[in-house]
Amino acid sequence: MKFRGKWGKSVAFLTVMIFVLGVFAAGCGGGGDTIKIGVNYELSGQVATYGTSCKNGVMLAFDEINKDGGVLGKEIEGLVQDNKSQNREARNVAEKLVSKGVVAVIGPATTGNVQAEEPVLTKSKIPLLATAATAPEVTYDEKNKKVRDYVFRVCIIDPDQSQVVSNYLHDELNLKNGAIMVDKNNDYSVGLGRTFKEFFTDKGGKIVAEEGFIDTDTVFKPQLTSIAAKKPDFIYIPAYYNQVGMVIKQARELDIDIPILGADGWDSPELVSLAGVNNLSQCYFTNHYSVEDPSERIQHFVKAYEEKHGTTPDAFAALGYDAGYLMAEAIKQAGEANPQKIKDAMANIKDFEGVTGKLSFDEKHNPIKEVSIIEMVDGKQKLITKMQPVH
Amino acid sequence: MQDLLQQLLNGLSQGSIYALIAVGYTMIYGIIQLINFAHGDVIMVGAYVALGAALMGFGFIPSLILAMITCAILGVVIERVAYRKVRPVSRLAALTSAIGVSLFLQYTMMYFLGADIRSFPADILPERTYTLGGVIVTNKDLLVLGTTLVLVIILQFIIFRTRTGKAMRAVSFDGQAAQLMGINVNYTVAFTFFIGSAMAAAAGMLYGICFNVQPLMGLMPGLKAFIAAVLGGIGSVPGAMLGGILLGMTESLVAAFGGSMYRDAVAFIILILILLIRPTGLLGKGVQEKV
Repeated sequence: MKFRGKWGKSVAFLTVMIFVLGVFAAGCGGGGDTIKIGVNYELSGQVATYGTSCKNGVMLAFDEINKDGGVLGKEIEGLVQDNKSQNREARNVAEKLVSKGVVAVIGPATTGNVQAEEPVLTKSKIPLLATAATAPEVTYDEKNKKVRDYVFRVCIIDPDQSQVVSNYLHDELNLKNGAIMVDKNNDYSVGLGRTFKEFFTDKGGKIVAEEGFIDTDTVFKPQLTSIAAKKPDFIYIPAYYNQVGMVIKQARELDIDIPILGADGWDSPELVSLAGVNNLSQCYFTNHYSVEDPSERIQHFVKAYEEKHGTTPDAFAALGYDAGYLMAEAIKQAGEANPQKIKDAMANIKDFEGVTGKLSFDEKHNPIKEVSIIEMVDGKQKLITKMQPVH
Repeated sequence: MQDLLQQLLNGLSQGSIYALIAVGYTMIYGIIQLINFAHGDVIMVGAYVALGAALMGFGFIPSLILAMITCAILGVVIERVAYRKVRPVSRLAALTSAIGVSLFLQYTMMYFLGADIRSFPADILPERTYTLGGVIVTNKDLLVLGTTLVLVIILQFIIFRTRTGKAMRAVSFDGQAAQLMGINVNYTVAFTFFIGSAMAAAAGMLYGICFNVQPLMGLMPGLKAFIAAVLGGIGSVPGAMLGGILLGMTESLVAAFGGSMYRDAVAFIILILILLIRPTGLLGKGVQEKV
């Protein structure tokens, strides 16, 4: 069909206008009796266990909130979407959620996927609450020295983890010569490796070897052999569990029995089966919380989660749970389910009590929270200590 | 020096995995000139079958046999359904069909079993390490190398010392002429797939034990094994073994001397150089023009 002449153009214009209005109406009208929150997570693919845990945590929080009467008299409706652990899908999912009229989005879990989603939400002026994306860039645009107004996160940032782990190594374990091994294809891993090196050398430690691998690698022995030749006291491997499991296994096969340390990417029940229980002795990582923490809030959460999902919640589930409650709190303080007001309320959150610690945002939308240090003992996570990073 | 030896050994163990996969690739190519891109995925299916058996409590050998039988049947079915009709039409059609089979297997597996990484129970192959003059060898390395050697010898025997092997070589030389001489070409090709896929299953189980199991696990090693097969001279079984080990050692040495990021690039550059100098590969036969 073609529109011709003066009338034709007007008809075309009208058609487009009606269509646009229709979309708007659909978007606004849906918010009548529920508050729609997008839940964009890695439910399949590379890091499926992260996304699934986060999603379970978020939905558990929503269930509890709705059971207690919801927020502002309305129920929260979580629209769950799978981004398949792919950047492109994370963006598509964000667009889909915006078109369904969500007032805010929680997730994804990883830095790369949040960064892929962010432009879509910022453009549509919808607040984004990331759960486990720990790179500083996520909430702060380094290039333009500007805070990303609509992006918040419930997790600590990467430099907090590398700062705490370097203090722990230097002051508590008394180890001075380290090796670093990072996933060169992964910003999270590269960033942690870089900041760790800065913190550790500032304290007077020495990095004697630096090696890399890429995410599709399955053989790490060449790099590990090179590292062993430099005789370090420990190896720092800030990467995801699926690789770390194999790296640790192969390191132990080469008789490298020094401590191996990492970050929250290690937190998955799969790590134990991938690496093997015995190989994980002398392995430590920094994390957002520990299930062992005796506080009442944490034990209530652990029990509720176990009842619902039959497994112990990992840190991702805890962050998801906090994200759910934090979102509800922001909506409550905003006074209405309006994206702009939610964003403003979120920025002013003070001393929010979550299972992953007491949370206030700094000026870059990063929470200031304690970091837990976990040791693997007989295949189980054991909380060693909690340390406060200095911002 | 010790480190260098260790690196060479790391390369040998990686290379023998490539070799194990490459042998199956090269055999199928040798007989019907088809690059069976689904080979890597048959490996994946083999790994899953073996994993399933191991999780149900079967030991190493029963799991291996079960995986080999399943994959041998799968191989014959793939040949019957996806290749037999298109094989005589053109090589390109068969190649395209092979890529289709490859994707079909990957995503069917992902649909039913998810994309999660799974690992074999630790007791399927209790880990042992041996130290020889400061160089560390694991029993897995030895097992993979040993299996590859044994399979190469068995294959050479089948191809050069049995009637079926004679038929295979005849089909490889000229399918139509072989048919005129009373050789059942379809049976011979099916048999080739039967053997090749059973070997893929063995490779899959060993690979899975070393590096875990997931639906796309066959992709990269399949590609590397293909290169190893070309490097050694595609169609030549000992060539595939040599190519695999060379590729593994090159990768290991490149990674050892600071280039872990350039490992693949350097490995592929060496491949290109070898092919420029010897287009038929290291042990490949010279191509004869048919008049």
